[in-house]
Amino acid sequence: MTVQNGGATTVAPQDSELIQLLTPEGERNDNPDYPLGDVDIKGMYRDMVMVRRLDTEAIALQRQGELGIWASLLGQEAAQIGSGRALSPKDMAFPSYREHGVAWCRGLDPVRVLELFRGVTSGAWDPEEHKFHLYTIVIGDQTLHATGYAMGIQRDTAEDEAVIVYFGDGATSQGDVSEAFAWASVFNAPVVFFCQNNQYAISAPQERQSRIPLYQRSRGFGFPGVRVDGNDVLACYAVTKQALRAAREGQGPTLIEAFTYRMGAHTTTDDPTRYRLASELEAWRLRDPIERVRSYLARTGQANAAFFEQVDAEAKELGARIRAACRELPDPPPMTVFDHVYSGANAILDAERAEYQAYLDGFEEAAR
Amino acid sequence: MTKLTLSRALNEGMRRALEADPKAMIMGEDVGKLGGVFRVTDGLQKDFGEHRVLDTPLAESGIVGTAIGLALRGYRPVCEIQFDGFVFPATDQIVSQLAKMHYRSRGRVTLPVVIRIPFGGGIGAVEHHSESPEVFFAHTPGLRVVACSDPAEAFAMIQQAIACDDPVIFFEPKRRYWDKGEVDTAAPLEDALPLDKARTLLPGDDVTVLSYGALVRTCAEAAVAAREDGRSVEVIDLRSLSPLDMETITASVSRTGRCVVVHEAPVYAGLGAEIAARVTEQCFYHLEAPVLRVGGFATPYPPAQLEDHYLPDLDRILDAVDRSFAF
Repeated sequence: MTVQNGGATTVAPQDSELIQLLTPEGERNDNPDYPLGDVDIKGMYRDMVMVRRLDTEAIALQRQGELGIWASLLGQEAAQIGSGRALSPKDMAFPSYREHGVAWCRGLDPVRVLELFRGVTSGAWDPEEHKFHLYTIVIGDQTLHATGYAMGIQRDTAEDEAVIVYFGDGATSQGDVSEAFAWASVFNAPVVFFCQNNQYAISAPQERQSRIPLYQRSRGFGFPGVRVDGNDVLACYAVTKQALRAAREGQGPTLIEAFTYRMGAHTTTDDPTRYRLASELEAWRLRDPIERVRSYLARTGQANAAFFEQVDAEAKELGARIRAACRELPDPPPMTVFDHVYSGANAILDAERAEYQAYLDGFEEAAR
Repeated sequence: MTKLTLSRALNEGMRRALEADPKAMIMGEDVGKLGGVFRVTDGLQKDFGEHRVLDTPLAESGIVGTAIGLALRGYRPVCEIQFDGFVFPATDQIVSQLAKMHYRSRGRVTLPVVIRIPFGGGIGAVEHHSESPEVFFAHTPGLRVVACSDPAEAFAMIQQAIACDDPVIFFEPKRRYWDKGEVDTAAPLEDALPLDKARTLLPGDDVTVLSYGALVRTCAEAAVAAREDGRSVEVIDLRSLSPLDMETITASVSRTGRCVVVHEAPVYAGLGAEIAARVTEQCFYHLEAPVLRVGGFATPYPPAQLEDHYLPDLDRILDAVDRSFAF
């Protein structure tokens, strides 16, 4: 498949280099190198439907002025649910800012993610409680945090733990990502680099970032890279599971390039019609990550209409819950602007806090 | 009491921290086998192992970025940035990540990372090896920024910085690494002056001279020289550049009525500007003269053969003291 887009060309990978266990038509294509084992495909389907619903709801909330902005995961459900479900409870995940599906897999209430995009917090969940770090918005920075965390695991000789870090195709151009590759490689750190190549860094096509396929980037750093069909939840699950196992067993890092497509805008402020053709989106719609699982489950009789109706009902319920919860999120009290800059006292900050409190109190006194 | 160089005092301080806390670790370029280009970490890898004293790849952003990850895992990394001018590749990790994580997580995450930076000129080095970048970090909320000035201070302050739960940017006056001084290595750390306090080095009545790092010694020498002219100069070593210890500063200036701030960094938008503004606000009715600043020019750090003109020296400090009295 070759799709023209504004001067650049998106070429779907050669079949030989792409790990795919479930075709876009919903046919199983098992691979002995990536055994699936006992896998909960219905659970994966459910998760993908749920996070797509979350995404739809969040975009609507942004349009209604309830969120300042939203970064859509539409089209990337399989990459996120597949990899997210491959994590063991002790594994640590470092997201960028679009990993709402991974957050879901880590048991984080989606409302906590909405808080960030509503501007009431900077995403203040407890990273250790969920083994899911805060979102990182500066592109690629978190790859170094993940590598350092993995080096800590080595020092703790915690052999049942590994780290996964999420980033995009654009991030591969950042120096920090190359530094993280170098560090992880020379220290043999137990970290999996999970690159969701969704083809665009806002408007810049992947070809602007690299002349070689992204998964081949790891070769020069001395560790394996693999390209997986990012719209195939089974392949994403199996390949990630394998890479995490290798990391835990002391085999060092792996780069996974999940070849996928950002079906929506970069964020709600973006207008993708300015840089890509509708025909390209249509072509990718045929590779939808959810539809192929639905086809497979239905055709093989593993799920019936009642199951799909049940999942749709749960998704609807989730939508209603987060819509209501988002609207009810209170604005933080003004004086909390000063909280948690430092762990202890700070004379300069403490003086500013006192001054601003007195300033605010002045209004109350005037109103009395 | 033991006589130690400033470099050795830092080394001893780090050794104490490594002994006291199994999570403390040292990382940076050439800090292991070589002991650092200034030998500040000499012998530590031999005694504490490669896992705790880590020779890193040559990448400053990588050093700070992975230190953040290690801190998230419960470690207390002490990073060495080899020279002041090499900290800028790490600025994104310091400013965007290290400084903000505690705030963003609403206190759930603490990052007890120390970043040691040899700073300042006067050693005849090539470019990027003599700079004073402290104000970039003092301007960044979430960081504590300190500068030590002599061996005794260095010994206590590095231990306090490592024990601190906030990220600390720790500036070391590289041209004073070989200065010797008495250090009481047996004194309990709890008795040391807190990390965020300034220290009155020489008491005086007529003018307050504030400085930090390498120029503290120069200011003390200027105070001795000024005494011959009948002027009593109070010299304060700021130690903490963020937060500033305004209590100590204003108590002094309110008494002397005159204030001169001395640093190697460019005067323009430097720490002296912040101090001058605050002193003016808080000591307005006590001031006999405007707060004067002595520092680097609004130029890049010059070639070594010009640095004697660029760096504040005893005469330029005395000239500022004289000007302060001219008002």
